[in-house]
Amino acid sequence: MIPAPFTYQRAGSVDEALALAAAGGDDAKFLAGGHSLLPLMKLRLAVPATLVDIGRLCELSFIRDDGDQIAVGALTSHHDVATSGLLATELPLLAHAAGVVGDPQIRHRGTIGGSLAHADPAADLPAVMLAADATLVTRSPGGSREIPAGEFFRGLFETALRPAELLTEIRFRKAAGTGWSFQKFTKRAIDWAIVGVAVQGGKVALVNMGQTPLRAIAVEWALAAGAAPAEAAVHAAEGTSPVADINADRPYREHLARVLVARGLAEAHAAG
Amino acid sequence: MTVNGGRLEAEVADRTLLVHFLREVAGLTATNVGCDTSSCGACTVLLDGQSVKSCTVLAAQADGHQITTLEGLASDGEMHPVQRAFHAEHGLQCGFCTPGMVMAAVSLLAEQPHPTEQQVRTGLEGNLCRCTGYHNIVRAVLTAAGHREGQAGR
Repeated sequence: MIPAPFTYQRAGSVDEALALAAAGGDDAKFLAGGHSLLPLMKLRLAVPATLVDIGRLCELSFIRDDGDQIAVGALTSHHDVATSGLLATELPLLAHAAGVVGDPQIRHRGTIGGSLAHADPAADLPAVMLAADATLVTRSPGGSREIPAGEFFRGLFETALRPAELLTEIRFRKAAGTGWSFQKFTKRAIDWAIVGVAVQGGKVALVNMGQTPLRAIAVEWALAAGAAPAEAAVHAAEGTSPVADINADRPYREHLARVLVARGLAEAHAAG
Repeated sequence: MTVNGGRLEAEVADRTLLVHFLREVAGLTATNVGCDTSSCGACTVLLDGQSVKSCTVLAAQADGHQITTLEGLASDGEMHPVQRAFHAEHGLQCGFCTPGMVMAAVSLLAEQPHPTEQQVRTGLEGNLCRCTGYHNIVRAVLTAAGHREGQAGR
């Protein structure tokens, strides 16, 4: 399988990437690691006319200690996130979740920014952004803006990003010492999560329980009201609208959400 | 790009995938196209020393980088230690997944020189063997890592 014809353009700087994408209009896509976009292009489910390769913009690949925050460049590979000593200490949820994305080959190429901008509801990291209350930083020809993770994911493969707007950085509050957990249920090791759960402190987010990653608000309220983890987990599927597909029907996903939230809360409780 | 230590220049269509570039332009056919959906790992090669699935990389993305395929592992007629271990432990059945398995194992051992059996199994989870010959494959990687008394040293 090969993608439909497109024009490949390589950006040498962020400004050049923005200019190339703006010139390409709605039919241009940024190409980072390509591990979400290229498979879709090979299946002809995505047919961009122009790919703007940002893969060489080393200035977007970093993990930086920034006072009470950590900044991660959008082009940082899952492998580099997973093996970061700084993240292992200050935001282990993110390091751990990045280490279970796909498989080693995919983690060598795939990037955190690419995964978030792609916004697959079955992807691991978008839910981590919600649980960690991350802020996504973007650049566009008009300037820079910051988008809270809770406002970034708008629908199936749909985000708050505008055409020619590039996700450049993700900012997190340090979370050393707070309880966390990442749970993911798959049939085979490398599959997308049938359901996943990210827990950070009192925040709980769900993978693949709707068109976007979701906060399990009813669980969080129950925890805030003093419920024990097992009691709070009963509410995990409230307000969700999971798809039925070849892997699971809706009641099965709802059941999985309750089970995985219970496990996640128990693990986070033990670690916190 | 640099392929197995040699410089290779070619004009290709923008949409050319690295695996097709390696097989059809460079003539290096050890790298197999298996599932073609970045699941099976048969097309695994090293890009700047790290394992990647070459069916999901554009040749243009690899421009200027170092690519190593199975053909580039042996030196001076001597098999690479991982190749020797696959040979000694019979880490193959039909052989189709083997080039990808070997390349994934080389990358794994570069990152984790002394993996446990469990680390080998998770480290190879991006590679599928349709013959299900995993036990000998894992044994071969452990042998290459020096964990077992194999005959990999010939």
